[in-house]
Amino acid sequence: MTATLDFLRLLKSRPVGLAGLIGIVLFVVVSFVGPLLVPLDTKVDLTAIYAPPSFAHPLGTDYQGRDVFNQIIWGGRDIMIVAFLAALLSTVIAVTFGSLGAVVGGAVDSTILAITDVILTIPRLPLLVVLAALLRLNSILILALIVGALAWPSLLRAVRAQVLSLKEREFVEAARALDLGLGHIIFAEILPNMRSYIAISFILAMTQAIYAQAGLIFLGLVPLSGTNWGVMINLAWVRGAVFFRDSLPYILSPVLAIALFQLALVSLASALEDIFNPRLRGAA
Amino acid sequence: MATTAEVRLTATAPSWTSTAGAVASGFWRHAILRALVKAAATIYVVSTFTFVIVRLMPGNPIEIYIDKLVTEQLLSYEDALATATGKFSVDLRRPIYEQYVSYLGNLARGDLGSSILSEGTPVTALLLRYLPWTVFAVGTGLMLSFLIGISLGLMTALKRNSPTDHVVSSVSAVVSSIPDYLIGILLVVFLGVQLRWLPITQMRGVLSPGIQPGFTFEFVRDAFFHASLPIVTYVLTHTGIWMLTMKNSTLAALEEDYVTAARARGLSERRITTAYVGRNAILPLFTQFTISAGFILGGALFIEFIFVYQGLGWLLYNSINQRDYPIMQGVFLLITVSVVVANLLADLVYTKLDPRIGRG
Repeated sequence: MTATLDFLRLLKSRPVGLAGLIGIVLFVVVSFVGPLLVPLDTKVDLTAIYAPPSFAHPLGTDYQGRDVFNQIIWGGRDIMIVAFLAALLSTVIAVTFGSLGAVVGGAVDSTILAITDVILTIPRLPLLVVLAALLRLNSILILALIVGALAWPSLLRAVRAQVLSLKEREFVEAARALDLGLGHIIFAEILPNMRSYIAISFILAMTQAIYAQAGLIFLGLVPLSGTNWGVMINLAWVRGAVFFRDSLPYILSPVLAIALFQLALVSLASALEDIFNPRLRGAA
Repeated sequence: MATTAEVRLTATAPSWTSTAGAVASGFWRHAILRALVKAAATIYVVSTFTFVIVRLMPGNPIEIYIDKLVTEQLLSYEDALATATGKFSVDLRRPIYEQYVSYLGNLARGDLGSSILSEGTPVTALLLRYLPWTVFAVGTGLMLSFLIGISLGLMTALKRNSPTDHVVSSVSAVVSSIPDYLIGILLVVFLGVQLRWLPITQMRGVLSPGIQPGFTFEFVRDAFFHASLPIVTYVLTHTGIWMLTMKNSTLAALEEDYVTAARARGLSERRITTAYVGRNAILPLFTQFTISAGFILGGALFIEFIFVYQGLGWLLYNSINQRDYPIMQGVFLLITVSVVVANLLADLVYTKLDPRIGRG
């Protein structure tokens, strides 16, 4: 609790980071609590296509006269779940194997590093596109799995480099001298010192996962049903809604929802970097 | 770097192991050889991967294609097999490991099979037709974003904490955090539809109808007309990263002792920024530029899709949509090979530019 308060106090001096945090909380609350309060409304109304914003439709209506505001409330949850799970998976892989390689060294380290280098070189987006096309990812869990399973290599290298420098410190030497075991050294001595770094990387991994999944959905390669900001953009594009002047509020809503959520995540991440990496203070 | 275990091994093992060990570790220590092995391994892994997904996975494209021939064109299974063999450049009647070996052999000779939909068009010919447009549009975008980015980065670093720095840095941070496809959509929506400043539909494609490629003013103007929105989108989304990298690199260079020494010697600020700071700050960016050059081919997938710009990214999307898997496989392999080659070059450039690396 005190740690949280300390953290918020630190963040207070960085308005951009604070705004990012508030933005994230707002988006998460709207996307997870909103659907509990507002029932899903997919009522088609062909007399009200591309209706302008009004009291009944705060963000106007789509190409079938459906309420856009309702879709925005319902459409964030899956995107956030996929982003969270994918970031979790890639961070866990990167942290586990990156620190394992750095601490154990030798053949284990070389093998991990070789595999990482190979996967790092394969262009991720074309690979995702090919995989999505062949696997027909019609579940958000599989989508999260694939996105996360390809996102870890650069973080692994960064974690490994950090652990390599941390493991030469006295407190790790002491733990080794006391024969506290590999698990203790990694999880109790080294990783707690990298908390902030891992947190920042996790947030950035989420932004990448959002980019990848919304992009795949936009291309129409992920046959998802249900309300989703990505699906909204895809439908607006393939149904040609983009090309009607009246459709502006409809097309802007999901675009801004994704862009602002990304922006909030990036703002928080860079403020955290600023706080925990004073070496770079003022550089960015 | 030899670990203690290796050292111990070479110290006690019989002489032949010690020679082999020394050769092996000496080899691995050599940066250029290591980079070559890494590149070869990556290309091998990706080739094998595409073989596996196209040939071995349940419900793979070849099985689907054969099923389609049998049910829709009423071919016998043998005939369908023979047709598929020609299309995918894999003899399906032979054992799987022989197929694999001949697949790798074909790849080495540049034979990627032929398109399913456009009868008899070799995949290689298609790749060569679409490749130049992506190289042109994305390459121009990369060069522009690099030039603008390093100029802005140098400027903001030298005028650190000035109002200009704050405005430029914030704007580029905001713009580069927005996905490129959203920027592309916004350009279409505002410039093309709301304001009607640009004839979006006429700008689709790589050339206007009737324009013949050649060294004519008309052709060059038309090529830029069609590539302009993809280029602008690329520049908007990538300049911020170059700017921030250059800014950090410059700030680091400004703290170096040789800058202080140059100031102490009374050199002009202008000479210090160009000859001392700028030159050293840009060094690490050359490596990154080389790596980014490798990502040109696959880096504008969404942008090409949005502006219907017929480059490799568009070809990949289209082949997936039409289930033309030999093309999909070919584009993917080409994109990967270009990234691998660029990484290899980056490793070489890095060892050349910075003499501290690579001497092991």
